[in-house]
Amino acid sequence: MTNQAQISNPTDKKVNFEALEKTALTIRRDVIKMLGIAGSGHPGGSLSSTDILTVLYFQILNHDPKNPASPDRDRVIFSKGHGCPALYSALAESGYFDRKMLLTLRQLGSPLQGHPDRRRLPGIDASTGSLGQGLSVAIGCALAARLDKKSYKTYTIISDGELNEGQIWEAAAFASFRKLDNMVTILDYNKYQLSGATKDILDMEPVVDKWKAFGFKTREIDGHSLREIYDAFVWANGVKGAPAIIIAHTVKGKGVSFMENDNNFHGVANTKDETARALRELGENEAEIQRIVGMIQ
Amino acid sequence: MIERKLGAATRDAYGKALLDLGKENPQVLVLDADLSKSTRTEAFGKAFPDRFIDIGIQEMNLVGIASGLASCGKIPFISSFACFLMCKGYEQLRVGVAFSELGVKVVTSHGGISVGEDGASQQSVEDFALALTLPKFTVMVPSDEFSAKALIKKSATHPGPVYIRTGRSKAPIIYNADTKFEIGKGIKLRDGKDVTLIGTGLMVFEALEAADILKQKGIEASVIDIHTLKPLDRELLLAEARKTKAFVVAEEHLVFGGLGSAVSQLVSQNFPIPVEFVGIEDTYAESGKPEELLEKYGLTSKHIAQAAEKAISHKSK
Repeated sequence: MTNQAQISNPTDKKVNFEALEKTALTIRRDVIKMLGIAGSGHPGGSLSSTDILTVLYFQILNHDPKNPASPDRDRVIFSKGHGCPALYSALAESGYFDRKMLLTLRQLGSPLQGHPDRRRLPGIDASTGSLGQGLSVAIGCALAARLDKKSYKTYTIISDGELNEGQIWEAAAFASFRKLDNMVTILDYNKYQLSGATKDILDMEPVVDKWKAFGFKTREIDGHSLREIYDAFVWANGVKGAPAIIIAHTVKGKGVSFMENDNNFHGVANTKDETARALRELGENEAEIQRIVGMIQ
Repeated sequence: MIERKLGAATRDAYGKALLDLGKENPQVLVLDADLSKSTRTEAFGKAFPDRFIDIGIQEMNLVGIASGLASCGKIPFISSFACFLMCKGYEQLRVGVAFSELGVKVVTSHGGISVGEDGASQQSVEDFALALTLPKFTVMVPSDEFSAKALIKKSATHPGPVYIRTGRSKAPIIYNADTKFEIGKGIKLRDGKDVTLIGTGLMVFEALEAADILKQKGIEASVIDIHTLKPLDRELLLAEARKTKAFVVAEEHLVFGGLGSAVSQLVSQNFPIPVEFVGIEDTYAESGKPEELLEKYGLTSKHIAQAAEKAISHKSK
């Protein structure tokens, strides 16, 4: 299979991190544009997932955007569905659909639903948006691969708030007991959930110890270092006999100074003014900024 | 007069249907949540160990895993007690199966109060309502071992998600191994002109007995087995409504949200007639022998016959 947007082969030691940085920047700009125009949505959790998605889609994933239903493709379960603007941008950049569609996010009739809908958008392997469910779906995909003797991997991106859900721990116990080493979980650990800091709502620390106790192989990384993310994926794909989880320490709202660690941007979209400011910070050109701002009511 | 001859429980028929499906369709998998001895999936597990997964006591995870398997082309049959799977797994069925439009086949056991001695926490009286409010789901409740086996086998290749409730207790025999069943098509077992008795599950046989009771009073009752609650057999039901102009709907379920509600909605919209309901009132049941519970909670042929007379008395003159 081919990956249209792939920058280099995963086995190639010389990963072009500069090109990946550019892609991550494009995704961040897209997130701001999409949410600004939509007028609602979740900027903070989209931006915290951006670098993870960049490395996954443009360096790791074995997929074919022109053949999204290929039975041998790697699966991606974006369990923290509210962060989907970043996922949609990664899919569009990969070539699953026209980038022009990105600006229809959340509009009536758009395949880009407020939370991912597998029936409407190619490249979405699971409909998500109800937290806690994605890891179980991933187990189903991993078991199917094992039964069919297929070598595809299933990648699941979960959030730290999501760890509150009991189903996550049902899935963790099962995946470990069944030694599912063909699935990789990435925790986007941005330290916030809707109502506030996770340490104040329901602190799940010690997070790493919990996953270890459940039988997972763990690796902690800076979730905004593309190199660390890449190395962690390579490590996780090599883990045998147990499921692996990458605990990616991230910053909610990463990349836009006034959004970083401001949980008001959990579920409230950037205003017209904030859109312009954010895009300037992200180095977007002024003509494009004016075009986008002109589309915001 | 219909003779009450007990056959196998519908859950036993499920076990047999799975053995056939295991041989016929390599994509069929069975997942259980540590109740395989009770749901009767155990035999499949022994015959096809590679295609049987006991998830453990995890109904949420059970449904989620089935969603993933179905998205990869498998045909997962998932089982537990009706109350546990439908209540604990409901939100997973909503997002991961119904909303996702994936062909997971949910076959539960221990439906209704005929579960008996284990008591109310084990007796599902709300699963029809829950299943009927999952868009895209086909919902079935077989009445005896023959209908159960046939409908479960058909469900494997029926497109989309399916819910089938089976029961714990032995079910009176209505059909035979040659009877043909079609998903979505009700079966008229008696034809009468005065009232139509509509049953599902164990209540179909009770309705047949009720028709005998009514006959002694000079009342001619139609009896219909609605084994598929969704999609409803509108054609058959509306033809009956126009003919007898009085319905009784009997189900081993709360009187809210199940077959009675669905049939009432159909006739009130298309051909309003009096409808009476035989079901469990606004309560949970208790421990007891199945037949004692069915008597105490008003789910016998006698209750159906009484309801029929009431429905007839409400007909417009």
